[in-house]
Amino acid sequence: MRLLLGLVFAFTVATVVGLGTTWFALTEGTAFGAITIGAWTAWPKTGTAGVDPYARAAIARNGELPIGSGDGVAFFASNDDSGHVLDGRCDVVLSGTTPQARFWTLTLYDREGQLIANSMDRQGFTSQEIVRRSDGTFAITMAPRARTGNWLPTGGVERYVLVLRLYDTPVGVATRASREAPMPSVATEQCP
Amino acid sequence: MTRWLLLLLGGTLLGGIVHLTTMLILPRTATQDAYARLSEVATEVNKMVPVPPATPQRSTIPFTDPAFAVAVCRYDLSAAPIKFTAPVSVAYTSVSFYTRSGVAYYAINDRAAGRRVIELNLMTTQQREDLPEEEDVTAADRLIVESPTAIGLIVLRAFAPEPGMMPMVRNTVAAARCGS
Repeated sequence: MRLLLGLVFAFTVATVVGLGTTWFALTEGTAFGAITIGAWTAWPKTGTAGVDPYARAAIARNGELPIGSGDGVAFFASNDDSGHVLDGRCDVVLSGTTPQARFWTLTLYDREGQLIANSMDRQGFTSQEIVRRSDGTFAITMAPRARTGNWLPTGGVERYVLVLRLYDTPVGVATRASREAPMPSVATEQCP
Repeated sequence: MTRWLLLLLGGTLLGGIVHLTTMLILPRTATQDAYARLSEVATEVNKMVPVPPATPQRSTIPFTDPAFAVAVCRYDLSAAPIKFTAPVSVAYTSVSFYTRSGVAYYAINDRAAGRRVIELNLMTTQQREDLPEEEDVTAADRLIVESPTAIGLIVLRAFAPEPGMMPMVRNTVAAARCGS
């Protein structure tokens, strides 16, 4: 009886620990080889044949197609520079410069990777569309209501994810420091 | 007390094995991975099919870049190698190759291809070895891509720098071909 109880206990622990860590790894995104620059994180290795098993499992579960390393690299941000979660009811300003690339796009998604409906039917900007200052820098405002300049509507959702994709870029697996890849800053300006 | 601690330790170790096993098996058992999702769009194999643009109501693949026109070819090399041709669109065009489980094993863009038309031959390692020597020489100006698996996906992406250019880019993408 004691042996049986012990085995049941051990197997319960095994199930909880095993499936718990798997679930955690899949929902939290624990892929290796991440590059973090400010609020932005990219996993350039996920777009190569050398993708690690954790990234493979996460991709299979989400149904994503990772961007190939010969194509470009995608940087994700779900927080601003000071670590606050990106809130669609606030005004968030993205400003500065982007790393060297032939083109880039900035897109706003919900946490499941779906686009967010809004009256403007605008879900992102490309490097060709934005209005720049005379020195080449730019600012994009994510806000629920119309703003001057480059306005990206959030649709007022509670949480969202920004994805900055660089196409035909030297940024990749070998990139380490922010000096090589100057990413724009993300700052929450005001919240209701 | 020691007995329970040992059982706890054993259970944790076994849990580690359970974790690693589930992580490795998961890609093979996923029913909603990219290949399965795109199979609903591309019902025929070895045929180029445009992927409907991502909208807030519906997007075939999560985290799709809406500035791109996308077409996909679900390939099966078990019978013969396939040829892929795609005209280069105005701004930026890329071709990415994925295995059945969504591993991006190769990607090339229009600048790396260096022509107005991207032309590729896709074959398995075995089929490449079976190529006659002299044919390899005449085919030198065609790019040969080796697929690690017999089935997978070719994804053609063409960039529309402004939304107004999207119809034109879609037309270019529609001219891409994939087949034996």
